[in-house]
Amino acid sequence: MKNEWPLWEIFIRGQHGMSHRHVGSLHAPDAEMAIKNARDVYTRRNEGVSIWVVEARHIAATAPGDKGPLFEPSESKVYRHPTFFDIPEEVGHM
Amino acid sequence: MYAQMIKTASKGVKTREEMTDQEREFQDKIDNDIKIEPRDWMPDDYRRTLIRQIGQHAHSEVVGQLPEGNWITRAPTLERKAILLAKVQDEAGHGLYLYSAAETLGETRDELVKLLHEGRMKYSSIFNYPTLNWADIGAVGWLVDGAAIVNQVALQRTSYGPYSRAMIRICKEESFHARQGYHAIMKMAFGTLEQKKMAQDAVNRLWFPAIMMFGPTDAASTNSDQSMAWKIKVKSNDELRQQFVDQTVPQIEYLGLDLPDPGIKWNEERGHYDFSDPDWTEFFNVIKGNGPCNVDRLSDRKKAWDDGQWVRDGLLAHAQKKSAAKLAAE
Repeated sequence: MKNEWPLWEIFIRGQHGMSHRHVGSLHAPDAEMAIKNARDVYTRRNEGVSIWVVEARHIAATAPGDKGPLFEPSESKVYRHPTFFDIPEEVGHM
Repeated sequence: MYAQMIKTASKGVKTREEMTDQEREFQDKIDNDIKIEPRDWMPDDYRRTLIRQIGQHAHSEVVGQLPEGNWITRAPTLERKAILLAKVQDEAGHGLYLYSAAETLGETRDELVKLLHEGRMKYSSIFNYPTLNWADIGAVGWLVDGAAIVNQVALQRTSYGPYSRAMIRICKEESFHARQGYHAIMKMAFGTLEQKKMAQDAVNRLWFPAIMMFGPTDAASTNSDQSMAWKIKVKSNDELRQQFVDQTVPQIEYLGLDLPDPGIKWNEERGHYDFSDPDWTEFFNVIKGNGPCNVDRLSDRKKAWDDGQWVRDGLLAHAQKKSAAKLAAE
C-alpha cells in the first residue's frame, strides 16, 4: 500500500471574480493529473473558471493550540473597526 | 443509513464527572455546536467511530454505482443514458469527498478500500438488492437517493467539520438524483399499462429495503447514545425513517400507484403516517453477507480495483520518472 498517490489540495476560482477557495482534496500521481481530476470532481456544475492544486504536504498551518495567543489579541482592539467611531449625522455619509 | 449500525467505539456515555478536563472541553465544544477540525484534540473513540461511519458511507457511494452502472448501456433513450451516466459519476465524486474526510482522521484511502475488500468494513444493505429492469433505476434514484437525502440533510449538522462539509456538498448534488429518478418513474406510471405495472412492481420490491436503510429501530440501536452525544449522529434512525415515509407517501399517491405496504395509514393523532416494520431478519441477513447480490458486489469491486492496479502503478512510475528527470536537469 506504499504506492498510494500523493494527496493534493484543490482550490477553485468561482465565476464571480472571487479569489481561489479551498474546495477539497484528491489523490493524483502528479500535478497534471491532479488538475484533470479536480476538473472532473469539482467543476461538473459550472463551479469554476480556474483551478489551483497544491500537494498537501507543502501546506504549512497554525497549530490548533496556538489559536489563543495568535487570534485573541485582536478581540480587544475594537477601535480597528469603523463602527467604533460615532460620526455626527450632520457630517453625512463617511 | 448509508452508514448503518455503526458500532460506536466506546463503553457508554461518560458523565461530566467521569470526563477528564480535555474530554470536558471537547464535549463543551460539541454542545455549543463548534465544529471539530482535523488537528483539534479528540477522544480516540470519537476518531474511531467517525472513521467507521465515514468509511462505510464512502463505501456505500462507490458500491452504489454498481446497481445503476448496470443499466447505463441499456437506458431507454440517449438523454436518460446521459443523465444516468452523470448520476453515477456523481456517486464516484461523493465517495471521494467522504474518503477525503476519513483521511483527515489519519486513515488512508487505500487502507479503507482494503478493509472493504477483506469484508471487514460494510456498505449500505440497499446495494445488495438487484436492479432487474429500467423501472428499478427510476425507483432507486427516487427512493434510495431520497432516503439518503433525508439522512444526509441531518448530517450536515454533524460535529466533525470535514464530514459536515462533505455532506453539504453531497446534498447539493443529491437532489438531482432523486428528481431524475422520480421523473423516470413518473413517465412509466403515466405510460402504458405494462409500464405502470413495472413501476408498481419496482416500488413494491424496493420499499422495504429503502426504509431499512435507516438501520434498526431505536430500541434495537444500542450504539447510538454515544454517537448522539458526540453529534456524530444528529437524528435517530426512527425519526429519519418516519420523515422519509411522511414525505414519500404523497409522492407514491401522485403517481397513482398502490401503496407498497397495507400498513401505511395517516395517523391524525401523531400527525404522521403509520407503517409496517420491515422484515428485520432479512435486514440482518443481508448485513451478514447473505443478500441477493453481496457476493457479486464485492467481487465486482475487487475486480475493478485489481484491474486498475497497472494504471495506478504506471501513472505513478511516469510521475516519478518525470520528477527525477526534472531534478537531474536542474
